Amino acid sequence: MTRRVVITGIGVRAPGGSGTKEFWSLLSEGRTATREISFFDASPFRSRVAGEVDFDPAAEGLTPQQIRRMDRATQFAVACTREALADSGLERDRLDPYRTAVTLGSAVASATSLENEYLVMSDSGKDWLVDPSHLSPYMFDYLSPGVMPAEVAWEAGAEGPVSMVSDGCTSGLDAVGHAVSLIREGSADVVLAGATDTPVTPIVVACFDAIKATTPRNDDAAHASRPFDSSRNGFVLAEGSAMFVLEEYEAAKARGARIYAEVGGYATRCNAYHMTGLKKDGREMAEAIRAALNEARLDPTAVDYVNAHGSGTKQNDRHETAAFKRSLGSHAYDVPVSSIKSMVGHSLGAIGSVEIAASLLAIEHGVVPPTANLHNPDPECDLDYVPLTAREQRVDTVLTVGSGFGGFQSAMVLHRPEVAA
Amino acid sequence: MAQLTLDDLRRVLIACAGENDGVDLTGDILDVPFEELGYDSLALMESAAAIERESGIPLSDDAVTDADTPRALLELINGVAVA
Amino acid sequence: MTSSSTPRVVVTGIGVAAPNGLGREEYWKALLAGENGIAELTRFDASRYASKLAGQIQDFEAKDHLPSRLLPQTDVSTRYALAAADWALADAGLGPDSPLTDYDLGVATSTAQGGFDFTHREFHKLWSQGPEFVSVYESFAWFYAVNTGQISIRNGMRGPSAAIVTEQAGGLDAVGHARRTVRAGTRAVLTGGVDSALDPWGYASQLAGGLVSTATDPEAAYLPFDTRAGGHVPGEGGAILITEDADSARERGAAHVYGEITGYAATFDPAPGSGRPPGLRRAIELALDDARLAPDGIDVVFADGAGRPDADRAEAEALAAVFGERGVPVTVPKSLTGRLAAGGGAADLASALLALRDQVVPHTAHTTSVPEAYGLDLVVDRPREAALRSALVVARGRHGFNSAVVVTAPTTA
Repeated sequence: MTRRVVITGIGVRAPGGSGTKEFWSLLSEGRTATREISFFDASPFRSRVAGEVDFDPAAEGLTPQQIRRMDRATQFAVACTREALADSGLERDRLDPYRTAVTLGSAVASATSLENEYLVMSDSGKDWLVDPSHLSPYMFDYLSPGVMPAEVAWEAGAEGPVSMVSDGCTSGLDAVGHAVSLIREGSADVVLAGATDTPVTPIVVACFDAIKATTPRNDDAAHASRPFDSSRNGFVLAEGSAMFVLEEYEAAKARGARIYAEVGGYATRCNAYHMTGLKKDGREMAEAIRAALNEARLDPTAVDYVNAHGSGTKQNDRHETAAFKRSLGSHAYDVPVSSIKSMVGHSLGAIGSVEIAASLLAIEHGVVPPTANLHNPDPECDLDYVPLTAREQRVDTVLTVGSGFGGFQSAMVLHRPEVAA
Repeated sequence: MAQLTLDDLRRVLIACAGENDGVDLTGDILDVPFEELGYDSLALMESAAAIERESGIPLSDDAVTDADTPRALLELINGVAVA
Repeated sequence: MTSSSTPRVVVTGIGVAAPNGLGREEYWKALLAGENGIAELTRFDASRYASKLAGQIQDFEAKDHLPSRLLPQTDVSTRYALAAADWALADAGLGPDSPLTDYDLGVATSTAQGGFDFTHREFHKLWSQGPEFVSVYESFAWFYAVNTGQISIRNGMRGPSAAIVTEQAGGLDAVGHARRTVRAGTRAVLTGGVDSALDPWGYASQLAGGLVSTATDPEAAYLPFDTRAGGHVPGEGGAILITEDADSARERGAAHVYGEITGYAATFDPAPGSGRPPGLRRAIELALDDARLAPDGIDVVFADGAGRPDADRAEAEALAAVFGERGVPVTVPKSLTGRLAAGGGAADLASALLALRDQVVPHTAHTTSVPEAYGLDLVVDRPREAALRSALVVARGRHGFNSAVVVTAPTTA
């Protein structure tokens, strides 16, 4: 008999507020949290807007020692882990360490600390031969970021399988998908799963500038992220993290846990086409969606809401729209589709988990979050993208998808447990 | 700086994006679409950035995207028709 | 966990890029002959560094192995991964005219360090010249998913794919994930691990771990389980393996079945200071359970062999607890390559499969005196011929990653 997997705890750190509650207020009110980059002087860069998180590690309860050794992305993940555990009602002391696992997604891992340490060691970038006498003892961990899931494991007391899943911008979906496998196959009963990325740092801004993937709309930072709008011209880089408590369904039910949703199905495919480009037909994303629905034993018509990747690049918006039509058939025109990146930007490997959080909260509150800044849809994007304002409706089943550099295409179906056949 | 020649462009393309197997870049390629030469949008963005740095001439994103042959790109850079 | 209906997963192709050998047979011959891949670092002037040795791949000309179009966009580690992938696919008969296509084929690789040499160059350009000098390729050549993505694209593999990061246990965890993916219905998954970080910044960062030997003699710098153990030597490279559904391999008449992945498990050590026991023994026991083997069913152990007294002792204790004192031959052939980060476990798994094929255990070169208290039957001095049916491969990553894989020789029935 297949073990079913449910989500019983959520922790979020995203632009526009700390914690799940503020995150949901932002989304349900259709407010945006993108702004001009404040972390460094961004004047030499092409894209100077971002979704920054106002995050105070000391106020989060991290010790000075933790703050010193942990990269910012790790700090986010640990803060979210605490929130998710508290939300689940599972006390750390009651977890069986051997049966508790961690899967953490991240695309660029400790980029912030790498850059800081690089500047120290290279005389602010002047020297190619770095000076080993300025070597931080933590530099190894920024090079080889296994410490990131390790910190989450220490926080949760997990001694089962622990890993980082780094599939570019689908990491946040894939890490949760990986966690589902661990519970189903019996390798764990509880998994702390989710993702984190804090890429608002010069090297990452520069590399997306180079491929012109980020928006140059610097004069209207709050409205710079415009998925599906005919005026969109690139994504808005952002920070973020979301962590979840995943449990085996019967155990969660037995302890009377609040269940946000069951992870009914998950699938990932590669397009084997191009490291950054997408074919117009959406074939591989459609295949991932079909496989995820198939695993959940649901027809396309069961989907009440599609949480889109919706990055706000022309090629993504069209690729994805084609993928929905290809996989959902005529239901693609009936189901609301929205992109929360319009409000919180694109936090690379983290966003898949942040979007899972949005999907769970849509089910919880019976509200579909909108696509902000969508005034004039691209004529080639002709679905119902829930422009500007949230929509109240019962949501039992959500499809959430992601697309990433490397060609990764992932899809997950989340639904109320009672929807399952 | 002097006008950018087809030879200059060949050199930049090879440095920034390599050469595709089975494509003879030394031939008459002025009007062969970049796609047929095996160069994708990344290859052209990388090459255009190198040309901008060498020449100091800023190239607009859309104009680079629209220049689909070596002739079109050279005309864009040099601002004159290529004979 | 497993049932009789669970598909069996076998290895049908191997590609190795290691400091002492490029290609499966070259590497295997070098191990058996004790050819050392550790030497003085030549990539840059390391005179200011406390350590100066590395396991460097010396004779890899990227343009001989890869199309010119891929060179400007790839880090050295990705070039090794792409070449090793080509060799493994060709070995498995899944090269250009592969009978398996599209969603039949997935990719699950591990890297601990990403495209570090490449990203160092881009950091340098950004900060010494300006943002407009940063390459378009930096957006993916650096990140940990790059090898999976590039291999998928080069070979038209569209099945479920992933990149796993678990420090130096990654090579084995990728294989565990590949097995999971094949069991879930993908016919073949290319897997393994490859790493390289031997640029000035990458090498310095490896030293920052405080675990690298400062010895200057290439034959005495990395001595796993030796009384003189004083750290390890960083190396580069790794191995790519093709894991495949056993029925699929039989149906298409795969040229080789090197062995079956019969067991896999991963555990994590408790938080420092918790007083709880470390997780390595548990990983080994879980992997044996998964393989439905008793300890006496294991004929050789390819150990992690950290090369530090505390870590060596801990591993020896775990092995003695499971197998008994001197209960099983143990070896660490990576003493000839240095530690390859995520590539190490994958290379050891390749070695284990070749050991099963040739019924010989490669030795732990350079180690000469093993403390009696370790209770280890370490294969030293020269390879040892033995009847081998199942091998255990162990890998540990910094901060507490423990992974164990059991491989079993193909049944010839």
